Amino acid sequence: MLHIDYANYEALRAHGEETYPHECCGVLLGKSDAKGNHVKQIVRAGNTRTDSAHNRYNIAPQELVKIQRQARGLDIVGFYHSHPDHPAQWSATDFAEAHWMGCSYVITAVAKGKAEVTNSFLLTGSSEEDKRFVDQAIEIDVKAAGAGVSAEEETELKGQA
Amino acid sequence: MNIHIPTPLRTYTAGAETVSVPGATVAEVFSNLTTEYPELKQQLFSNDGKLRSFVNVYLNDEDLRYLPEKEATTVAQADELTIIPSIAGGADRMAECVCCSCCSLL
Ligand SMILES: [Zn+2]
Repeated sequence: MLHIDYANYEALRAHGEETYPHECCGVLLGKSDAKGNHVKQIVRAGNTRTDSAHNRYNIAPQELVKIQRQARGLDIVGFYHSHPDHPAQWSATDFAEAHWMGCSYVITAVAKGKAEVTNSFLLTGSSEEDKRFVDQAIEIDVKAAGAGVSAEEETELKGQA
Repeated sequence: MNIHIPTPLRTYTAGAETVSVPGATVAEVFSNLTTEYPELKQQLFSNDGKLRSFVNVYLNDEDLRYLPEKEATTVAQADELTIIPSIAGGADRMAECVCCSCCSLL
């Protein structure tokens, strides 16, 4: 399970709308425990792939080092990126380039500039040789933000996507 | 010297975010690191003993790949190493997706 509050959830989706028709990307900071990954903060990252930013993303390692150093007690628990005019499913490239076991990879489909489905995939396995992506439910904590959408509804929507 | 361990590799350092191992060069530090935490070896290095291509190593703020002496670079106790796997991907619009149905939606 990926736990995220409504404000951060909306912010990462809005990021994909802003960068459309290019991919956006960012880092999820928080804590992980037996119940899953808990996002406390999202950090926008610059997409360093300027050659084909509409269908590629890449976070500069130097930027990641900086984000990790400035995390102040939080850990990197996942990453997010957008798929402009493409479904919210991981691609062969996403899988080949995923190396953070135990982290959540969140993908938002942005169709014609509007954020649609957001899915999360947990990278599991113990090595490059046996890694795989597993569908991960997203629980949106709405109490903190006081928004009118229930977490159950969002999870159900996600399940149908 | 201190080595910062990224979240996915902390499984192999008993949860430690930072571990301290001795060594006069980066190579020695890595050798001592993988002696102390043997499971890290397979995570960081391929079978031919080279750092895996997606494993980035920073000596303070410098990418190890761009240091003239690379792994032979000498280090001081106060230096810090950061291990950071790469983050990249893409929608593969031109290639065939491995997921079952999404390409048909295009
Ligand atoms: Zn992708």
